[in-house]
Amino acid sequence: MSSAQFEIQLIASIVAIACAIPGTFLVLRKMAMISDAISHSILPGIVVGFFITQDLNSPWLILLAAFTGVITVVLVENIQKTGLVKEDTAIGLVFPVLFSIGVILIAKNANDVHLDIDAVLLGELAFAPFDRIYMGGVDVGPKSLWVIGSILLITITLLILFFKELKLSTFDKGLSASLGFSPIVIHYGLMSVASVTTVGAFDAVGAILVVALMIAPAASAYLLTTDLKKMLLLSIGFGILSAISGYWMAYWLDASIAGSITTMLGILFLVVYLFAPSKGIIAVLYREKQQRTEVSLLTFLLHLKNHEEESERHVKHLNEHINWQKVRSRTVLDLALKNNMIAIDNKIVSLTPKGDEFTTQAIDYIITNEDAQIEDMKDDFFLFRG
Amino acid sequence: MKSHNSDQHEKTVTAAETVFAVKVDDLTVAYNYKPVLWDIDLEIPEGVLMAIVGPNGAGKSTLIKSILGILKPIAGSVSIYGKPYKEQRSLVAYVPQKGSVDWDFPTTALDVVMMGTYGSLGWIKRPKQREKKLALEALEKVGMLSFKGRQISQLSGGQQQRIFLARALVQDASIYFMDEPFQGVDASTEIAIINILKALRKAGKTVVVVHHDLQTVPEYFDWVTFLNVKKIATGPVKDIFNDDNLTKTYGINYKVSIQE
Repeated sequence: MSSAQFEIQLIASIVAIACAIPGTFLVLRKMAMISDAISHSILPGIVVGFFITQDLNSPWLILLAAFTGVITVVLVENIQKTGLVKEDTAIGLVFPVLFSIGVILIAKNANDVHLDIDAVLLGELAFAPFDRIYMGGVDVGPKSLWVIGSILLITITLLILFFKELKLSTFDKGLSASLGFSPIVIHYGLMSVASVTTVGAFDAVGAILVVALMIAPAASAYLLTTDLKKMLLLSIGFGILSAISGYWMAYWLDASIAGSITTMLGILFLVVYLFAPSKGIIAVLYREKQQRTEVSLLTFLLHLKNHEEESERHVKHLNEHINWQKVRSRTVLDLALKNNMIAIDNKIVSLTPKGDEFTTQAIDYIITNEDAQIEDMKDDFFLFRG
Repeated sequence: MKSHNSDQHEKTVTAAETVFAVKVDDLTVAYNYKPVLWDIDLEIPEGVLMAIVGPNGAGKSTLIKSILGILKPIAGSVSIYGKPYKEQRSLVAYVPQKGSVDWDFPTTALDVVMMGTYGSLGWIKRPKQREKKLALEALEKVGMLSFKGRQISQLSGGQQQRIFLARALVQDASIYFMDEPFQGVDASTEIAIINILKALRKAGKTVVVVHHDLQTVPEYFDWVTFLNVKKIATGPVKDIFNDDNLTKTYGINYKVSIQE
C-alpha cells in the first residue's frame, strides 16, 4: 500500500468520523433531510468564498460556506413556521434554489475558477494527497487531512463538553428549556457543526457522500443499540469500516471512491436492517410468528378450560373445528405438550394442573385489561417458546 | 428560599402581604395571532395540590409552558415566589406530556431520571455518583427501581409516566408542574401517582396538574382552576367545583353530582 493510498483511507476515515457524530444527533432528531439540504446549499457559499479567498481550504471559505448552511436551516424553519407548507416541502424548496445559484455562479465564472460540478457532487478523494501543506519546506501531509482533522477535533471537543445538553434537548426539548438549556442555542450549535463538517468534507467526498456518511452509519447503529454512547461509537465504527472497504472496492473495480464508499454504506445498512438482533426485519418476523403461535396456544388452552365434555376435547375436533390449518394445530398441540400444559389420553386432550394455572392467570389478565402482563407470565411458564 | 415547611405555609396564608408560589398577571399567549390564552390572572398559593381543568384547546398545557418560559407570551408576566422564573428555575420541576418525547430514544430508565439533575448541574458539568444516587432513590419512590436498566421503549405507558414523575422528584423542587400525568396509565399507576402527589403536598410542596377526569377532581385535589382561553374560576375545590363553573367552562349544561 503506497503512502497515497494510506492517506486517502485516512482522510476518508476521518471524514467518516466527523460526519458520524453530528449525523447521530440528526437521525435521532428526525432531521436527516436537513443534512441533504445543508450539503447542497453550501455550494453558493463555497463559490463566493472561493472568489474572495482563491483557496478551497481557507478557514474563511469554510466559515462562510458553513454560514450558508445555517441560513438554509433558518430559511427552512421560517417557511415551515408560516404553516403554509410542511417541513419536507420547505426543505425541497430551499436547497435546490441555493444549489442552483451556486451552479450558475460556477458556470458564469468557469474560466477562472477551478471548481466543477462533478467534483462538487462526488468529490475528488483520489486527488486529495496531491494538494499538500509544507511548513518551512517540510511536507506535513495533505491539506484536506489538516482541514478535516481540525474540524473533527473541534467536533469531538464540543461533543464531550455538551454531551449532556445534546442528549437532553434531543430527547426532551420542553424539559431542556425549562431547566435553562436553551434548545434553540443547542439546535443552532448542532446545525453549525453539521454545516462546518459538511463544508470540510465536501471538498474530499462531495455533496452526496457527505449525506450518506452522516445518515447511514447512524441509522444502522440505531437498529443495533439502546444506548446513546454506544450508538455514537457504532456510527463511528460503521463510518470507518465503509470508508476503508469502499476505498478497496473502488481500487479493485477501478471506480469512483466516493461512489464505492456510498455503496458500502448502503450494503452495510441493508445487512443491519435484515439481521439486527432485535430490531432487524428477520428478528421482527420471527417474533411475529412466535406471537401468532402463542396466541393460538392460549386460545386452545382457553377452549379446553371452557369445555368439560370429551367431544369438544378430542384431537380431531380441535383440528377441524377451531378453524386452524392442520399444520398450525399440530404446532400448537406440540408446543402445549412440550410445555407440559396438556395431556393427551386416547386422543382426548385435557389440561394439566400447570396448564390450568397458566390459563386461569391469563384469563385474569385478559379480563382486567392487563394483557401486557401475559408476556411476563410466559417467561415463568414456558420451557419452549412458539 | 429552597425549603418551605408547613409552618411557613400557615404564616404565608395568614400574612397580609402574601407571596404566592406562582403568580400570573395579564398573561396572553397567541399562536399565529390567534389567542390561546387571554389575559390570565392567576394566583397559586403555596402548598396546594391544584388541578387545571378545561376542554381540549382551552390552553391548559400552554399555560404551564408559558409559566415555565418554554413559550413566549405576547403580554403579561409570571413570577415564582415573587421573582421571575429565570431566577427561580431550581425551585420548579416539570413533567411534560408523555407523548411529547420519542420513547424509542436510545436510553435507559435510570438515564432519563438522571436528566432531572441536569438543571442543578448547569452547563458542561457531568452527572456523577451523587446524581446517580439521587436518581436511584427517585426510582425507588415510584416503584421502578427494578426497571432502572430497562430501555425506555420497553416500558408500559404507566411505567413511562412513573419514570417522568421520578425525573421531576429528583429535582427536589418546591413547585411541580405536571401535564396530564394520568393520561393513558393503568389504575395501579394512577393510585401510585396520586399518592406521591399527596405526599408532596404534605411536605409543603405546591403541585399543579393539568387534569382531564372531572370525576376525580374532588377526590384528588384541594384546589382547582377552570380554564377555557380565559380563566373562569380558581380556588378551593370545596368552594368552586360546582355545576355552574363546569357549565361556564365546558359550555354545556354540566350535571356532575360532586357532593354525596
